[in-house]
Amino acid sequence: MNIVVCISQTPDTATKVAVGADGKNIDAKGVKFVLNPYDEFAVEEGLQLRAANGGEVTLVCVGGDGAKEAIRLGIAMGADKAVLVKDEERADSFRVVSGIADVVRAANPDIILLGRQSIDYDSAQVGPMLAEMLDMPCVSFVTKLEISGNAVRAERDIEGGKEVVETSLPCVVTAQKGLNEPRYPKLPDIMKAKAKPIAEVAAPSVAARVETLAMRKPADKTGGKIFEFSPENVKELVRLLHEEAKVI
Amino acid sequence: MPIITPDYFDIDGLLSEEERMVRSTVREFVDNEVLPIIEKHNREGTFPQHLVKRFGDLGMFGPTIPEEYGGGGMNSVCYGLICQELERGDSALRSSVSVQGSLVMYPIWKYAGEELKRYWLPRLASGDAIGCFGLTEPDFGSNPGGMLTNARETESGYILNGAKMWITNGTIADVAVVWAKLNGVVRGFMVEKGTPGFTAPEMKGKHSLRASVTSELIFQDCEIPKTHIFPDVQGLRGPLSCLTQARYGISWGAIGAAIAVYESSVNYATTRIQFDRPIGGFQLVQEKLVWMLNEITKAQLLAYRLGRLKDEGTMRTQQVSLAKRNNVWMALECCRMARDIHGANGILDEYPVMRHAANLESVKTYEGTHDIHTLILGADITGIEAFT
Ligand SMILES: Cc1cc2nc3c(=O)[nH]c(=O)nc-3n(C[C@H](O)[C@H](O)[C@H](O)COP(=O)(O)OP(=O)(O)OC[C@H]3O[C@@H](n4cnc5c(N)ncnc54)[C@H](O)[C@@H]3O)c2cc1C
Ligand SMILES: Cc1cc2nc3c(=O)[nH]c(=O)nc-3n(C[C@H](O)[C@H](O)[C@H](O)COP(=O)(O)OP(=O)(O)OC[C@H]3O[C@@H](n4cnc5c(N)ncnc54)[C@H](O)[C@@H]3O)c2cc1C
Repeated sequence: MNIVVCISQTPDTATKVAVGADGKNIDAKGVKFVLNPYDEFAVEEGLQLRAANGGEVTLVCVGGDGAKEAIRLGIAMGADKAVLVKDEERADSFRVVSGIADVVRAANPDIILLGRQSIDYDSAQVGPMLAEMLDMPCVSFVTKLEISGNAVRAERDIEGGKEVVETSLPCVVTAQKGLNEPRYPKLPDIMKAKAKPIAEVAAPSVAARVETLAMRKPADKTGGKIFEFSPENVKELVRLLHEEAKVI
Repeated sequence: MPIITPDYFDIDGLLSEEERMVRSTVREFVDNEVLPIIEKHNREGTFPQHLVKRFGDLGMFGPTIPEEYGGGGMNSVCYGLICQELERGDSALRSSVSVQGSLVMYPIWKYAGEELKRYWLPRLASGDAIGCFGLTEPDFGSNPGGMLTNARETESGYILNGAKMWITNGTIADVAVVWAKLNGVVRGFMVEKGTPGFTAPEMKGKHSLRASVTSELIFQDCEIPKTHIFPDVQGLRGPLSCLTQARYGISWGAIGAAIAVYESSVNYATTRIQFDRPIGGFQLVQEKLVWMLNEITKAQLLAYRLGRLKDEGTMRTQQVSLAKRNNVWMALECCRMARDIHGANGILDEYPVMRHAANLESVKTYEGTHDIHTLILGADITGIEAFT
């Protein structure tokens, strides 16, 4: 089975990020970057599919030189090879997908796995957009995946329940938490990851279709209001929650 | 934002990408697989033996042993980082890795015959087998040279008699590296589990390292084959060379324990309100947090430098003594301050503080007591030995 897993590098969930001087990007100084957590599920699923069906797992990543660290983690987990679509700019989803699509077309995979979204910009567009560009079916937010022959059966999270869907290979699948338990890379494999070359291709010439104008931190929390317990105050509290805070 | 995970002098910036990845992987493993279960094991006095295979899978046993023998082929800084992260979980787990890697795999790799190496090293590396290291005896701790356990040569092998005490992993070990006197000279032997005349009862009643198995090893006319002696190493040099490896790991491990109690202290001090404000806003509490960060930072630099010297091949055993002595001491002091900052909560096992404090009392004693390392350093400075 020819398996492609698309991965990206995102700031560690534990890092507090600040807005950069240009007001459009984060300030990367001192920020620790990791393999996007949802992509870990995608890599793991790719490795499990390879174990069951044979074949190869190829990682594809759009990003700068720094992203190689995330790629090497994927290699340490067990991926066979990797392609970096070299783009130092912060690309929009369209540009990212255009970059991936060229590589994937050449690889001609049976299945393409991605995380459901990257946890930095949270667009959740790359999987579905890629499927559209490649004219493949797409199942997103998958928590269980079964493949026999060409038939694909997947469970996906929907509000308050599960949906079971069927499609066929080749297809695009985006991974939701619960799909599997990502393995830890073996420590000796971490040491060997650098020995596997990462192929580099140039970023696509297409222009981004979405431009970031500004990036802001949410306003600081202001002090709350405290009410003594009394029947009138309960009414007042409900009114304020409804009219002022607009949460009920 | 409070400084929670201390890397005040950007030690990360001194590490290679692989070293950082090794550190992060073990840290994540400890967060997910160790921290949720360790208090229970500590309370019940049981070793989380199910983790042995996981440690092996990950490659934590014998990380610096060459890969052809099943080891990890990693450098000493990686080994140190593994110890640091494991001991952030619990000293018992770091102990099991120290014993398996430095005290069992290392001497087998260095001193055993080829056949025994090929048989045991891959099994020990994968966690399919557990090893222990028997040096200390009831009456000989700091001066192992006085040991009474002895071996007698026979036609077909050796017969061991004597008793070891305080042996980590003894009861659960598949193979024991045992130091005993043959014709008055200390020699290393390998004794396999189930050999007639060999028993390893567990010692009970520990207030420290409760999640680790500690045992006696008893040899009564225990006969082992001729091949089970380390042929080329004689005298205390053998066991001491192993201890240098393990002490090196401990000097990193202690930092992990200190980080654990420091992290807990910062979290506690910034959220615990007394006199209408977080106690972290009081000068006395700040001074304790500063002391901890200060000493942890110095210990990190010490361990880091020691690791690079070890990898360059220029490390001296006295430098290991200084690092083990300092880092375990500072970790123990951090525990005491952390306990204080946590107020009464500091005595509960809801927080990791007392567990680390109690564990570190063992760490202070084993692998050369704090005071014995003082004497080693004193002798190095003055050229005058003060042991006797
Ligand atoms: C939990 C645990 C696990 C252990 N695991 C192992 C293991 O796996 N294998 C193994 O072989 N051993 C193991 N040990 C034993 C450990 O190495 C010894 O406890 C240690 O060497 C100290 O020996 P001792 O306990 O006999 O103390 P002693 O040597 O009796 O020392 C008692 C005190 O006297 C001091 N002292 C001794 N001599 C001098 C001197 N000349 N000058 C000044 N002060 C001195 C010491 O510093 C100490 O404070 C373990 C111990 C513990 C607690
Ligand atoms: C085993 C045990 C039995 C006990 N029995 C009783 C009992 O029978 N009856 C009873 O009433 N209580 C009892 N206590 C409670 C005990 O008196 C309190 O734990 C003690 O007063 C400290 O309070 P705390 O634990 O809330 O710590 P905190 O007051 O939260 O203090 C935490 C840390 O902050 C420091 N700190 C606090 N305020 C300041 C400040 N202004 N400036 C600088 N530093 C500050 C403290 O010194 C400490 O290091 C018991 C406690 C224990 C552990």
